[in-house]
Amino acid sequence: MAENIIELVDLTKNYGSFTAVNRLNLSVKKGEVFGLLGPNGAGKSTTILMMLGLTEPTSGSVKVCGINSTENPIEVKRRVGYLPEDVGFYPDLTGMENLKYIARLNGIPEKDVETKAREMLTRVGLDEQAEKKTGKYSRGMRQRLGLAEVLIKTPEVIILDEPTSGIDPTGIREFLELIVQLSKEEGLTVLFSSHNLHQVQQVCDRVGLFVSGKLIAEGNIESLSQKLFSNESFVVEAGLASSGNGNNGNGLVSSLKTIEGVTSVLQEELKLYVGCSRDATADIAREIVSSGAELAYLHKKEYGLDDIYNRYFEGGEVHE
Amino acid sequence: MTFITAISKEVKFMSDIAKQIQQPKESWLDKLARSLGLASRQDVAMHPFRVIVDKEISDLVRSWRFKILIGIIVLTCVGSLYTALTNIGHAVKPGDPGNAFFFLKLFTISDGTLPSFFVFISFLGPLLGISLGFDAINSEQNKGTLSRVMAQPIHRDYLINAKFMASITVISVMFFALGFLVMGLGLVIIGIPPTPEEFLRIVFFIVLSIFYVALWLNLSILFSVKFRQAATSALAGISVWLFFSIFYNLIVKLIARATMPPEMAPERYIVAHRNFILDLLRLSPSQLFSEATTTLLMPSVRSLGPLTMEQVHGTIPSPLPLGQSLLLVWPQLTAIIAITVVCFALSYVFFMRKEIRSR
Repeated sequence: MAENIIELVDLTKNYGSFTAVNRLNLSVKKGEVFGLLGPNGAGKSTTILMMLGLTEPTSGSVKVCGINSTENPIEVKRRVGYLPEDVGFYPDLTGMENLKYIARLNGIPEKDVETKAREMLTRVGLDEQAEKKTGKYSRGMRQRLGLAEVLIKTPEVIILDEPTSGIDPTGIREFLELIVQLSKEEGLTVLFSSHNLHQVQQVCDRVGLFVSGKLIAEGNIESLSQKLFSNESFVVEAGLASSGNGNNGNGLVSSLKTIEGVTSVLQEELKLYVGCSRDATADIAREIVSSGAELAYLHKKEYGLDDIYNRYFEGGEVHE
Repeated sequence: MTFITAISKEVKFMSDIAKQIQQPKESWLDKLARSLGLASRQDVAMHPFRVIVDKEISDLVRSWRFKILIGIIVLTCVGSLYTALTNIGHAVKPGDPGNAFFFLKLFTISDGTLPSFFVFISFLGPLLGISLGFDAINSEQNKGTLSRVMAQPIHRDYLINAKFMASITVISVMFFALGFLVMGLGLVIIGIPPTPEEFLRIVFFIVLSIFYVALWLNLSILFSVKFRQAATSALAGISVWLFFSIFYNLIVKLIARATMPPEMAPERYIVAHRNFILDLLRLSPSQLFSEATTTLLMPSVRSLGPLTMEQVHGTIPSPLPLGQSLLLVWPQLTAIIAITVVCFALSYVFFMRKEIRSR
């Protein structure tokens, strides 16, 4: 049984009469990549700030690496690397200088500062831009430099607050790959906050769904979407170049329905929407091709966060 | 020519400081430690507080606003020194007790076209303080660096303390450099060395000026914690400064006229009224500063309030010794330090309570 590296017990934070975080209980195990999923203003950032001891909880307790963040924030911050949303750097200093500053603040001996900073920059792929002023960095480069800063203190836990907002898709993919690679290689625990289900799905082992200060569901993505879309976790959209020979269209629909897990099939001209409870994309493709119809494309539809929690509330399972 | 070389020396001096800060060389301490077989500074981590102070100083020295300010201040100093030097011949009157402090006149005399050195300092000092502090905290917040620095294992107050320390260090170095530069130039040109007492008086004057600038620095740091926009906090600082340097005196004059006792009133009423107006004026930091500097730089000043004929009767018109002058300005000095501390305490408290979010 792995130990819990982050433990939140009955955590509550009020701003006046507004409750940002409401009796939150959460535990994250060592070496896990945990996704904190929720819309803007759900209280994700506030929870993260409380984990770092940057803001005090109204009630409840936060323990990171077995240390109470409220009472002993310095020790927690020594072990936790935090990448804030939209991280900023001193624009007049180069990437290297910014990194060295943080290295010194973390008590790295003077003789190691230079080599360590260089090593981290190489690791996040910024060694060529090291001497460039950060004022001229692009958003993706800033995020990478932020990650280098988080890593230079050799943390046990990494907390990333909306790390992918504002980066282009290639940048996001590379960034996420870097995170996964790191957590596997170094056995780091990663807490990843985002409002984008798709990205969370790519990297996280486990997800907590966060809506207006409450954790409404928790588990891995599969179980979460199974829970939320009890019979239609996946929708596969198939585009046909031609419906093959004459009447075969109807035959295709009925044969698709016989595939295990397929719950509904809807045909619109040359498009087929197949709802299924498991990922049956491969079987669907085989069935279409063998029916003689010409398959133009096959597209697995992802559910966004909106779909998930809209569905959650529609389902009537949670009422405030 | 002398001025130009002096200025270029000054600039070089400053850039040397900047360079030293940028590239810490192996100091004699390190060498000594190494030869003794001890761990050199290279092996131990710098204290985080030192790290922040170092960074802030190098930021300040390299910033454009500092270069502009230093330009203005050096220019005005040269100007006031020039007027002082051209007029110093007329300033010495036979039989004047102040003649013993000939050298101090460099800092105080003017022919009316350009103000003297200490007036310049009292005018530009606040501007310097405000401009060094007005964006201390809010710019960090707006750049998004505040939450990043706060996520490092340092105490929260390190940042605000280090910002204050850095600015005060820069101001101190600059004021001592300027003061000694003026002294040196005066020495070269008039050829009369200052007496030890004059030297001490000048040092005290410089220390006092640093405290005065620190007051405005802290006020502007306070605004930088309170206001999110750097422009707002700069404006707030400048308006407080303008209020005290222009409007406050006008208001006090109005009050003085309204409460003026009749001309034929007994003497004690008139004295009481004068004292009342002086006390009102002393609510303004610039008044405190100018009283304190006048006393320090003009040893012939023996009282800051009105004196009756009885009190003056029988006194020998001699300058006060340094100890007595200091005693005279002690309340002013205490008040300046007190305001400084109050401003800093307020900004400290506000900063500690502030919730730090990313941008």
